[in-house]
Amino acid sequence: MTLFKADDISVRFGGIRAVDSVSFEVNKGEVFSIIGPNGAGKTTIFNLISRIYNTTEGKLTFDGQDFTQTPPHKIAGMGIARTFQNIELFPNASLLQNLLIGRHCHAGTGLLAQMCFFPSARRDELRHRAKAEDVISFLGLERYRDTLIANLPYGVRKVVELGRALCTEPKLLLLDEPSSGLNVEETEGMGFWIEDIKKDLGITVIMVEHDMALVNQVSDRVMALNYGKVLAMGEPRAVQSHPEVVKAYLGGETEE
Amino acid sequence: MIPFFLGEFYVGELGGVYIFAIAGVGLMLLVGYTGLISLGHAAFLGIGAYTNSVLLAQGVPFLITLPISGLFTAFCGVAIGLPTLRMSGLYLAIATLAFGSIVGTIFQKWSSVTGGFDGFAVPTPYVFGIPIEGANGVYYTSLAVLVFCIWLTANILRTPLGRAMVAIRDSEVSAQSMGINLAWYKSMAFAISAGMTGLAGALFAHYVRYLAPDAFEVLLSVQFVTIVFVGGLGSIHGAIFGAIFVRLLPQFIAIVRDDLPFNLGRTPGLEPALFGLILVLVILFQPMGIYGLWLKTRHWFQAFPFKRASGFRRQKSYAKSERLK
Repeated sequence: MTLFKADDISVRFGGIRAVDSVSFEVNKGEVFSIIGPNGAGKTTIFNLISRIYNTTEGKLTFDGQDFTQTPPHKIAGMGIARTFQNIELFPNASLLQNLLIGRHCHAGTGLLAQMCFFPSARRDELRHRAKAEDVISFLGLERYRDTLIANLPYGVRKVVELGRALCTEPKLLLLDEPSSGLNVEETEGMGFWIEDIKKDLGITVIMVEHDMALVNQVSDRVMALNYGKVLAMGEPRAVQSHPEVVKAYLGGETEE
Repeated sequence: MIPFFLGEFYVGELGGVYIFAIAGVGLMLLVGYTGLISLGHAAFLGIGAYTNSVLLAQGVPFLITLPISGLFTAFCGVAIGLPTLRMSGLYLAIATLAFGSIVGTIFQKWSSVTGGFDGFAVPTPYVFGIPIEGANGVYYTSLAVLVFCIWLTANILRTPLGRAMVAIRDSEVSAQSMGINLAWYKSMAFAISAGMTGLAGALFAHYVRYLAPDAFEVLLSVQFVTIVFVGGLGSIHGAIFGAIFVRLLPQFIAIVRDDLPFNLGRTPGLEPALFGLILVLVILFQPMGIYGLWLKTRHWFQAFPFKRASGFRRQKSYAKSERLK
């Protein structure tokens, strides 16, 4: 069953077509990876899905609903959460606060109720806190609960960002280079979490990744991009040995 | 309690401290938590003061004029918040500065309502037939409003509204991805901040008892910013410490002035110069302000025999230039 569909999407920045007529579908419960050299347009696709950029052409569908024109702050409420390549946490807030901000799209009380802390706001807070605690124990972050993000090591921040995305209770999770800046063990741990997220939480994942070991470990399908165009799509191994993909990574013509 | 054992002068001064603390808490929400700067808060104070006094002069009871001056100022806050949505840092400071001087001009020129340069005598308010006058009346009313504002702020900070503000301060792009409507929450931050300052303004009118446009000039806005920075960004305690500091400094200068050499003591602009100097020194050497100093002291006593200089190194991560970009 198709959960997410990109239909011929393009985006132009001046004369550059950063993403050029890209189409792909992601099935429910799948881990879908996007690979490609630097500047291929991988993160741009994520920014199009998060609606930070406007698509020049094409259509985005999620759960049967066209969201090509939806304002960016409504994306999380639809069930699409994301992480960022260079960690975009809230550094001067504690880990718990960061996770609770992830609950924002589920805030159900009005401003007045919040300002006066009516019983409805109290119930809401308890609900959010319980969910945040679930995520904390899922990712084993208990010991950092009240630490400021600015004081956490990079590897932990990566996990916190994943946790914050999980707090929105997404159906689709966009992971932008989950392993960048992590060492070998941390990358392995990240791989296990992505598998757990898929198997235990049933969340569909789209991932941009450079680490091929991680891509092979977790992905069901892979799409290779270069210069904003799709080079190949399919099984991880098959895509990586595709001649166009090899050429894009190694450069020039492969002379046999 | 204090009015029972302190003289009228000190009670009056404390009333002033409370009024500035209310405005300080309001500005703290905007600067310390949402990361937006405003150099126009003197205008909000003025709007609150004039709204309250003009309505009182029309015979509207104080219990109605007080909330109305808060709400009307909040509305004015949205009016400045909306056009400046995309601005931050220096540009926002300039825009709010301009707003402040526009409002100041309105206070001067709209003499049929504000009395222009001649000023405006603030009528004595009555609550349930009891007149609020003198230092004690202002003292208790301000204290009540201050407690109310702190309660409101504490609630804001533990609910999605306050967390959205912190999120906007720290990273707009990910705040948006978490479902936070930037335009709405920035306007709300301006509204709440302006509203509290408006309440402070209404009380300020009774504190000074005679309104004149020159009371609401840029220097006052700078004093509010000083409250927030000297007190310590990102803490409610800070706003109160800052208000105490800012209100007591001029008194201190007045006392010391007589002992200074005549030329120095009588130099015009000594007060603004000192405010500026202290603001710069605090930003350079004590980024978390008086509240940070207090935390440090507390930490030192808690860890008493094991004092570590590195224990408070994390405050360096609060680099304020970053906060204001």
